[in-house]
Amino acid sequence: MSERPLGVGRRPQAVRASRARLAWLQFRRNRVGLLGLGIIASFLLMGMLAPVIAPFDPYDVDFDKSLEKPTRGSPFGRDELGRDMLSRVIYGARISLVIGVIAVVIGVGLGVPLGALSGYYGGWPDLLTQRGVDVMLAFPGVLLAIVIVAVLGVGLPQAMIAIGVVSIPVYARLVRGQTLSLRAQEFVEDARAMVANASDRRIIFKHILPNTLAVVIVQSTLQVASAILTAAALGFLGLGAQPPTAEWGAMLSGARQYLRLAPHAVTFPGLAIMMTVLGFNLLGDGIRDALDPKMRL
Amino acid sequence: MWAYIAKRLLLAVPVVIGVAFIVFAMVRLIPGDPAMVIAGQAATPEYIAAIREDLGLDRPIVVQFAVYFKNLTTGDLGRSIRSKAPVTEELWARLPNTFRLASASMLVAVTVGVTAGIVSAIRPYSLLDAAVMVAALTGLSMPIFWSGLMMILVFSVILGWFPAVGTGTLAHLVLPSVTLGMASAAIIARMTRSSMLEVLRTDYIRTARAKGQVERIIIGRHAFRNALIPVITVIGLQTGTLLSGAVLTESVFAWPGVGRLLVEGILTRDYPVVQGSVLVVALVFVFVNLAVDVFYAVVDPRIHYT
Repeated sequence: MSERPLGVGRRPQAVRASRARLAWLQFRRNRVGLLGLGIIASFLLMGMLAPVIAPFDPYDVDFDKSLEKPTRGSPFGRDELGRDMLSRVIYGARISLVIGVIAVVIGVGLGVPLGALSGYYGGWPDLLTQRGVDVMLAFPGVLLAIVIVAVLGVGLPQAMIAIGVVSIPVYARLVRGQTLSLRAQEFVEDARAMVANASDRRIIFKHILPNTLAVVIVQSTLQVASAILTAAALGFLGLGAQPPTAEWGAMLSGARQYLRLAPHAVTFPGLAIMMTVLGFNLLGDGIRDALDPKMRL
Repeated sequence: MWAYIAKRLLLAVPVVIGVAFIVFAMVRLIPGDPAMVIAGQAATPEYIAAIREDLGLDRPIVVQFAVYFKNLTTGDLGRSIRSKAPVTEELWARLPNTFRLASASMLVAVTVGVTAGIVSAIRPYSLLDAAVMVAALTGLSMPIFWSGLMMILVFSVILGWFPAVGTGTLAHLVLPSVTLGMASAAIIARMTRSSMLEVLRTDYIRTARAKGQVERIIIGRHAFRNALIPVITVIGLQTGTLLSGAVLTESVFAWPGVGRLLVEGILTRDYPVVQGSVLVVALVFVFVNLAVDVFYAVVDPRIHYT
């Protein structure tokens, strides 16, 4: 975000609103982003309406129908315990979307202030935070989540915390970089020099954080995608959601032993993960293009 | 440049110490009594006490830390609770398999990714470009363990071309390495395309075209070489994706690598094994990143490091 903000100090509210509107007008023309938004909206709706639209109880066991192939009654077939796959996939949307949101809330809630303070004040707190971030980022991808689960124990709530913690360094690093470049810009320096009561807090909240919003939004969209993938991975490894929970990764973990007998039980939960993640990736790409075509993440 | 490399090496030191510290803290941070958790619910008090003593958990924390670091410097990672074998021994047995898988995947990722990226960039916004980019985004969105299962389903169960699980022959390596390489190939393809497009817009490419240079040479010699730097960075970053992806791929294909050792370790609460595997994977990642940065400084003298 290198453009000079219009009318600093006059009507920041109006400026921000018009900027958001401008971004929306840009975004509306972006077919890729809209497709992503559509996919996410469908899954969101599916999750919210799960009790209404699911044809069966996702936990209803029926051994007579174990591993039954897709039929008219259960179009996704049944799993090893004869549970309806379609209903389980529908209920799975709830867990995956909640995990995605929780991960981003933890990541933004702790990572953004950490990055802003670290970048704004510099000095040894910055050095300390950044080395901490270095160490966390030294664990590639799902590994840090696995380490945290190894400490907290296996289970869905633990996995949620783990995935949230994993995204903290990503935000901290991103916002720190943004803060550093914003701090050096004239309008922030002006605010520091001219406005008598421009306390640090005021500058951070009025001038710095609003201007990091664009990258944080784009990053969050992509972060939801990676959180959903990590959660499913933990579930699949047996470290996240535990059976009989209707979580996509855990469902795959149970069904993989029956790959030869019941390929349908493996196919659909995976497709659901892929579609959701694809939706967030498309949306992220779309928002990025709408906010700033030159922005690279 | 040398100052930069020295600084980069120096910065790696606190990271390595930090990683070692986290691995040390892992067991100590387990809520409640770690020895009881590790021993399991049905354990006798004697067994719990034995584990506590074995892991040194009965000593003051400062002493534990000192002993841990002293052992680390001599390459002693303790003994597995289940197999009683030294953890280093188990790691040595598994590491070659993980490296084999990761290198084969890297080969797949770079070959497929760079080729797809160039093909896309030559005819931007064409149907082919759109198809490649949709494929890349799909590849990026697929959970690796699921694409692995789908690979087994199609190429092993239905077509019978490749073995589904195990190791030994080259045929065993095909499905796991393609599975693991695909996600990285997608990222490399996206970066190659955007970097190529940027270079193809520059004046010197226009000059090359104006003087009637063959398109193949323009793409291959002039454009690609200059587009390579960001691509190399992304390839370097993919090591992390490959290492963490290996944990999943190894579980799907019953591939006896460090990733599977780690997951089995957690599921059986064999913490020395978990600690050793985590330490090794993280350290490999740190050193590969270091190598990429140093390589970067060597190949591109234009970049100013401060």
